[in-house]
Amino acid sequence: MQLILESLFNGVAIGSVLLVAALGLAIVFGLMGVINLAHGELMMLGAYSTYITQLIFKQVSFLKPFYDSYVIVAIGIAFLVSGTVGILLERTVIRRLYGSPLETLLATWGVSLILQQFVRSVPLAYGSGLVIALFFGLFSPLFISDDLLHGAKGKLIRASTWGFSALLGVATGGILSSLVSKLGRASARNVDVTAPSWMRGGIDFVGITFPKTRLLIILITLISVLVVIFFLDKTAWGMRIRAVTQNRPMSDCLGISTETVDIITFGIGSGLAGVAGVAVSLLGSVGPNVGGNYIVGCFMVVVLGGVGNLLGTVLASFSIGIMTDLIGAGRLLTIWPDMPSPLYSTIDFFATTSMARVMIFALIVIFLQFKPTGMFPQKGRMVES
Amino acid sequence: MKLSKRIFAGLATASLAVTVTACGGSDSSGNFDDTVTVGILHSLSGTMAISESTLVDTEKMAIEEINAAGGITVDGKSYKIEYIVEDGASDWPTFAEKSKKLIDQDGVPVVFGGWTSASRKAMLPVYESKDAFLYYPIQYEAQECSNNIFYTGATPNQQSEPATDFMYKRSPAAGGDFFLVGSDYVFPRTSNTITKAQVKQLGGKVVGEDYLPLGNTEVAPIISKIKVALPDGGIIVNTLNGDQNVAFFKQIQDAGITPSNGYYVMNYSIAEEEISTIGPEFLEGHYGAWNYMMSIDTPASKKFAKSFKKRWGSDRVVADPQESAYNMVYLWKQAVEDAGTFDDNAVREALVGQTFDAPQGPVEVMPNHHLSQTVRIGEINSEGGFTILEETGVVEPQAWNQKHPSSKGYACDWTDPKKGEKYRL
Repeated sequence: MQLILESLFNGVAIGSVLLVAALGLAIVFGLMGVINLAHGELMMLGAYSTYITQLIFKQVSFLKPFYDSYVIVAIGIAFLVSGTVGILLERTVIRRLYGSPLETLLATWGVSLILQQFVRSVPLAYGSGLVIALFFGLFSPLFISDDLLHGAKGKLIRASTWGFSALLGVATGGILSSLVSKLGRASARNVDVTAPSWMRGGIDFVGITFPKTRLLIILITLISVLVVIFFLDKTAWGMRIRAVTQNRPMSDCLGISTETVDIITFGIGSGLAGVAGVAVSLLGSVGPNVGGNYIVGCFMVVVLGGVGNLLGTVLASFSIGIMTDLIGAGRLLTIWPDMPSPLYSTIDFFATTSMARVMIFALIVIFLQFKPTGMFPQKGRMVES
Repeated sequence: MKLSKRIFAGLATASLAVTVTACGGSDSSGNFDDTVTVGILHSLSGTMAISESTLVDTEKMAIEEINAAGGITVDGKSYKIEYIVEDGASDWPTFAEKSKKLIDQDGVPVVFGGWTSASRKAMLPVYESKDAFLYYPIQYEAQECSNNIFYTGATPNQQSEPATDFMYKRSPAAGGDFFLVGSDYVFPRTSNTITKAQVKQLGGKVVGEDYLPLGNTEVAPIISKIKVALPDGGIIVNTLNGDQNVAFFKQIQDAGITPSNGYYVMNYSIAEEEISTIGPEFLEGHYGAWNYMMSIDTPASKKFAKSFKKRWGSDRVVADPQESAYNMVYLWKQAVEDAGTFDDNAVREALVGQTFDAPQGPVEVMPNHHLSQTVRIGEINSEGGFTILEETGVVEPQAWNQKHPSSKGYACDWTDPKKGEKYRL
């Protein structure tokens, strides 16, 4: 019983890392059909946001008493940072490539390389300045009344918001680099996020140790999934997104601004990648390549679950998590020690992390042979066309 | 939109301007009769850049020191050392490519380079076919002995064997069972084969081993295996690579695999540089084994650390790989001066038997192109350094490991033409 519980917890813990990473992709790839290879790098930006937030909370005197809660603040910041960069990516690159998946794939791969090199060779302080400039530049027109944005005067106002944002960005960069000297220099070195003390260690319950960081990641995942489901099912914009997914020309005819829907969908998907970045930063180190380690797993989860189906993504990630633990940790051997010896040696052979991966990939390939559209295929007219 | 593009461009240039730093060349004054150019070949970009760039810094420093002291004297003429730095880009074929360039195009007499075993294996045929000479500064799995490579890092019998012995006999977990964890490539697998043979000889038991594919940081299955295999604590031997260590140590601490619960980790790839990245709070109480540790309390060691900090910044640290890189530049200088020429064959002959008062203590070049060195076992402390617990005498290197089943009973000797790369003892 204890063994089953422990295995289940481990599986859920591994699965929830996969799920939180794949959730954004499930929206971007699943709902919009965009193959975004830069998804991992959006996660990386989220992880770096966590690192920067942590340093700010450590260095700035009036924030110091709240150091223990920086992770929660970081979730919000990471969402905004990755969301902003995602929206910029959508506006500049992906928008021009809708309907041509191959070009999107290549272009986003290029973007992922640019982002990796960017964090290597630009000091993080100025990087954050740039993101802040983009954030205000992209969003400030939303808060200015429409009348002011039209005509010759409108151009001037738009330009001045960008100018103001750029100034703000430069100022932030300067302030950050002078406050936290570590952020003022470019470095390709991996950095480290240290969880506040209340999140370290584990909780002992019925003889099993539950690591607190894992519990927090499960919680973050759970909340993210619930919020996304609520957003898609219950809000007006969620309904519009689903409508555009199902039939874009018809939604356009009915007066839904498909362009705005695209921006919002992509922004949310990217923002969720940022949240995943926070989760990932708690487990390992933060470096330019951190996102690349997860991108294959993310696509695997979305394809296995069935493109365009959130429930499928959830189930797929948990089943991969539980399988990883069952095979990789050799659970079957512990549960049933005196199984026939040929079976025992086969399972023993696969009971290493490397071989478990091989086994799981093989099982997924076999599964997709029989159900090429995944666990929960999407039904509808658009799918056939 | 046009204006915003311009602002974007402006911002990008501004940030570029900030990152561009002045490159200071070696401009030590003094009268030299001539110059000699050597090659430095490490990764300055890609995943290995973090580690390998520290070696470039150290080698530059050693060369500057030699130049400041009058350069190399060959046949009564003094030569100033100049260097060409090439980027291996963490890509193994690039290492071979750049080696060819350094040898053929630049005509350098010696190349200081490499870190990963994969890069060395890629470069080896180049140096052997062109009869050139590579100096390689990293502790590695051995089982190799080339006439065209000089290895200044530790062989397994100069690192893992004394460490295993310490863990089994004298650590707080003495007599306990072993669990071996490593990244999935040649060094951890070879090193663990040797450890398994040694633990068996000692009368201990290896109760499990697992390898994490490079780049993978999901260590939860390994942690559950450790808990099943070692329910009441024991010895963990860790050969994980780079940032996988961060994930490993963060998560084992959360899972309760800590020194206070009786689990002690012996690390072969964690030096001062890595401790500061991972964070001493995760590593305190675990062990490491190296030839050089920054906390060695001798004038030579302190001088080495001090001049490195002075040259590259007070927040920098020195570690074992850097010390090996430092030693090899000096050993090359001595061999050239003794040979009286830059010619490879004469330098190779003069190299064997060279001694040097290294920061770690005296070292000597052995006939198998490896160094005899001192081995130290240290406990990681809260300041991010090692508290040295044990120090062996000078240990002679075994290019062919005497515990590995495939190389038992073999040795290497390049001074005797009848013996060569691999002969039966």
